[in-house]
Amino acid sequence: MKQKQLFIGVAVLLVAVFAAGAFLFKSRQAEQAAQTAARNSEALVRFHSPTTGNADAPVHIVEFLDPACETCRDFYPMVKDLMAAHPGKIKLTVRYAPFHRGSDQVVAMLEAARKQGKFWPALEGLLDAQPYWVKNHTAQPEVAWKVIDSLGLGLDMQRANTDMQSPETVRVIQQDLADAQTLNVTKTPEYFVNGKPLPSFGYDQLKKLVDDALANAKGK
Amino acid sequence: MKTSPWALVFSAWLMAAMSTLGALFLGEVMGFAPCVLCWYQRIFMFPLVFVLAVGLFPFDPRVTRYALPLAIGGWLIAAWHVLLTAGIIPESATPCAQGVPCGLVQVEWFGFVTIPLLSLAGFTVINALLLLTHKSTK
Repeated sequence: MKQKQLFIGVAVLLVAVFAAGAFLFKSRQAEQAAQTAARNSEALVRFHSPTTGNADAPVHIVEFLDPACETCRDFYPMVKDLMAAHPGKIKLTVRYAPFHRGSDQVVAMLEAARKQGKFWPALEGLLDAQPYWVKNHTAQPEVAWKVIDSLGLGLDMQRANTDMQSPETVRVIQQDLADAQTLNVTKTPEYFVNGKPLPSFGYDQLKKLVDDALANAKGK
Repeated sequence: MKTSPWALVFSAWLMAAMSTLGALFLGEVMGFAPCVLCWYQRIFMFPLVFVLAVGLFPFDPRVTRYALPLAIGGWLIAAWHVLLTAGIIPESATPCAQGVPCGLVQVEWFGFVTIPLLSLAGFTVINALLLLTHKSTK
């Protein structure tokens, strides 16, 4: 029957065009992201950005992170595992991308904790307790504050409160947000491995970039 | 020469399928978040692909009875949306409060082709084809 053949043929053609278009668009987008990152390498890491791991590590992961973002919470332990699997080979820098409402205040708390040398435990505690202080994709800074207080980090909370509102903290957050915009980071988490963005989002893609960078470093 | 009713409904299906895939491409591939009005237009457009396809095999001219309410509903919302983005309906009259504001023009090709305009064009074509089918099979 001719009509059936026509219908099926057209349907298959439409789906094929869609898939090809999606593939082309995504690969062009990934290429552009790589170029943007290469052009704006100075925006990738700032002097103020918290970094952990061996300072001379050959592989450098830069993560744009929102403490209120669920996927960031899911990915954080995976990145930690990656680092643990290659001791001394990977260092991690965190950039702030507080895209959720109220999250910028939580980032200010992290900055305040950093001034007292407790950035990483504060970040990990906040991510752990995220379901308590993020409701309906909105951060609740008052609850986050209580979470940090209850972590038993020995923070001087009064000093933290003052540091949160310091112009320096505000400047750091603004700089990170400006850099996120420069690098076209619109979703979190976003990873750059030795300056290269993920071709598409996913743990496997991140692992591959890291493995490639590790192999590259070994070859030298 | 008179176009067969089957060809008319098939063309309407083709238009609906292209619009559906186009909307999915804009939303899922290019990453434009659909606003509330876009969602309502999608709600009217997506089922047309299936309703019209069912009406084609075996051909049932009464498919227009089921497809036209969807096509007309979608057309009305698209028309409202076009007027909104053109600034003819004031911002305060918009039903959109959350997420992407419907008055925001995310895409403008050739200086005048916006997504709501494409939607309106799609619904117009589908309505015209279905009305023609309805007339020619009466």
